[in-house]
Amino acid sequence: MLLSGYDPVMYSRMLTGITLGFHIIFATIGVGVPLMIALAEWIGIRRNDEHYLLMARRWARGFVITVAVGVVTGTAIGLQLSLLWPSFMKVAGQSIAIPLFLETFAFFFEAIFLGIYLYTWDRFKSKMTHFWLLIPVVIGSSASAFFITTVNAFQNAPAGITLKDGKITEISPFGAMLSPAMPTKVSHVLITAYLTCAFVLAAISAWSLLRGRNHVYYKKALKLTMVAASVFLLSSAIIGDLSGKYLANYQPEKLAAMEWHFETSTQAPLVLGGILTEDNQIKYGIKIPYALSILAHGLPNAEVTGLNDLPADEAPPLFIHYLFDIKMGFVALMVLIAAAFLFILWRKRSLAYSNKWLLRGIILAAPLAMLTIEHGWIFSEVGRQPWILHGIMRTSEGATVSDHVDIMLVLFVLLYIVLGITSVRVLMKMFKNNKAEDEMAARGIEGGGKQ
Amino acid sequence: MSYEVIGITVLWIFLFGYLIVASIDFGAGFFSYYSTLTGKRHLINNIIERYLSPVWEVTNVFLVFFFVGIVGFFPDTAYYYGTALLIPGSIAIILLAIRGSYYAFSTYGFKKDSRFYLFLYGASGLLIPAALSTVMTISEGGYIDVDDKGKVTFLFSKLFTSTYSWTVVLLAIVSVLYISAMFLTYYANRANDRGAFEVVRKYAIAWSGPTILSSLLVFFAIRGHNPVHFERMTSYAWMFVVSFACFLVAIFLVWTRKRLGLAFIFVMLQFGFAFFGYGAGHLPYVLYPYLTIHDNFTSEPMAIALISVFILGLLLLIPSLYLLMRLFLFDTKYVQGKRGK
Repeated sequence: MLLSGYDPVMYSRMLTGITLGFHIIFATIGVGVPLMIALAEWIGIRRNDEHYLLMARRWARGFVITVAVGVVTGTAIGLQLSLLWPSFMKVAGQSIAIPLFLETFAFFFEAIFLGIYLYTWDRFKSKMTHFWLLIPVVIGSSASAFFITTVNAFQNAPAGITLKDGKITEISPFGAMLSPAMPTKVSHVLITAYLTCAFVLAAISAWSLLRGRNHVYYKKALKLTMVAASVFLLSSAIIGDLSGKYLANYQPEKLAAMEWHFETSTQAPLVLGGILTEDNQIKYGIKIPYALSILAHGLPNAEVTGLNDLPADEAPPLFIHYLFDIKMGFVALMVLIAAAFLFILWRKRSLAYSNKWLLRGIILAAPLAMLTIEHGWIFSEVGRQPWILHGIMRTSEGATVSDHVDIMLVLFVLLYIVLGITSVRVLMKMFKNNKAEDEMAARGIEGGGKQ
Repeated sequence: MSYEVIGITVLWIFLFGYLIVASIDFGAGFFSYYSTLTGKRHLINNIIERYLSPVWEVTNVFLVFFFVGIVGFFPDTAYYYGTALLIPGSIAIILLAIRGSYYAFSTYGFKKDSRFYLFLYGASGLLIPAALSTVMTISEGGYIDVDDKGKVTFLFSKLFTSTYSWTVVLLAIVSVLYISAMFLTYYANRANDRGAFEVVRKYAIAWSGPTILSSLLVFFAIRGHNPVHFERMTSYAWMFVVSFACFLVAIFLVWTRKRLGLAFIFVMLQFGFAFFGYGAGHLPYVLYPYLTIHDNFTSEPMAIALISVFILGLLLLIPSLYLLMRLFLFDTKYVQGKRGK
């Protein structure tokens, strides 16, 4: 398929997937880190503790680099939507222009205040004035995630439109934002972005502590980020459960494909792991009785629709089961790491900052969290195939017919490789050449403020 | 005024905003590189950096705003332009991406002025306007082919060999340099930086002649390429005359080193009149002759919703932009570099 001739639909899908996969890393950081910066700065001001203020400052400095890549890749995907999916955007322009538009507004708002925030650290008499500048950044970044996820929710479960013979006839501009997929999707995206950023920042502190740099600054940072991560982890579990119930009601084919559930049945079991043979038999999987019925409808005896009762050409690819299982495996590991930290912090505080295995685990949690986001998105996006607009437009009908999508794919892949490597190098260099200890010494806040 | 006209006017205003802020940005990148070649970097680099650092992100948003808005108001544009622009659009995205991220890498990351990097930065400052200006060229018609089934084909070689498209590219590049130099002249004066002021003032005056000449060239080229549009533009002739008058005032003020803020306002008016005159003449076509603003205009409730969201958004944006400008453009202490980061 890949090498057999030029297929613009396939290349468009690959290019969009790669762009989004790359953008999501930076977009997630863009949504979550401002909240963590705000948290650190607020605690710093409240407790009059210079360490937290420095934390906010250092996080903000690294944040700018990721924002830059996020902005340019975001611009790329924004334009690519029209370049690669012109027919889809024609429909989107009619129906979901408002959230697309509001997303840009939110981003505008964020960009203005981020610029101000970064250059006014020592400009105002009251520290709170500077803190307030961050609030529009937090609101703007979360709001843009909210609006753009709304667009994606619409693709999964179109709302606010009247269909006649597969054509959209009437449109309610704001109704499109109230898709049934919206509440679970938006809350899941926001919470997991916060969660991932808390883990990423925790990993940085854990790394320094593991290197034997045991300044109290790193301990404060680790505690703040890990406690935040635990809270976000708990809330994302609840939302994850609600997402399952949403799928059962609105996109049963996605749920059925994800769980290899072929026959419609009550007391449906949940399949963990396993492989699927050619004739759709599940081998080596662990079946948890009743679990799928509980996940789907909250009752052990509830009926769950199977793939055999759904049109065959509307079923998503069955490999999404693996994506979902890998994702849940990562989640389990993260829960384990966060629980271990909290337990050790509660029983023997000093060990929480010095136990090598615990610190290594926390470092591991950061890439795991990012991978979970990637797996979750790929699962969700592949899971709504063959539709680009569920029930309205197939992906193949939305793609461009232009030549040269393959060359563009190569160019963009090169671009992302270069951007990825450089941003990591720049970030490493920034913090290696200016360690927190040096900065504390330079600012004369060695011992920190009052606790 | 119909919703169509309101819609296209709002979008045109945003595109004009992008034209001004992006020109300043792109031109500054080029001057930054050019000044290294001529050994004057130390003179002008400070003011360029001090202006660009807090605003570079905002520049991008104007562009995103425009293309999200145009798809919202005129869904068919996504189909025609999206199909036709795959190559020039993608090249523009890649250049914008490299430029934007490397700007941040060098400004906030390691402080290393590599010549290669400066070259990339300077060159992209001229290549991006060239790539983006092809959209304007295509809108005149004659560079895409639409068959009976509605399949759009972009005639790349035709664009590449057309005189009209090259005059537009020339105008885009020259105006970028002119607008940027005029702004930097004002900014250097505010900063009380005599050294920088003298350098950028020379750039401004040097690029003023080519700007007017290439504008005239585009006029003649349109006449040959799209006589209908040319006819319509002559009915707005007064706007181009006013534009030229504004140009004369701006150059006079810079020449006599007086009222440089006012001079830049006249530069904006110069481009404003020309840009809106050109746009008004282009109407009702969005893509000559396939697409007018009345074809498949978005539904009435969507148009009303979009316009309302626009107004609400502007109520939020204008005070914020004002705050940004007050803190970094009109704050004498900041402009003069007397405030720490």
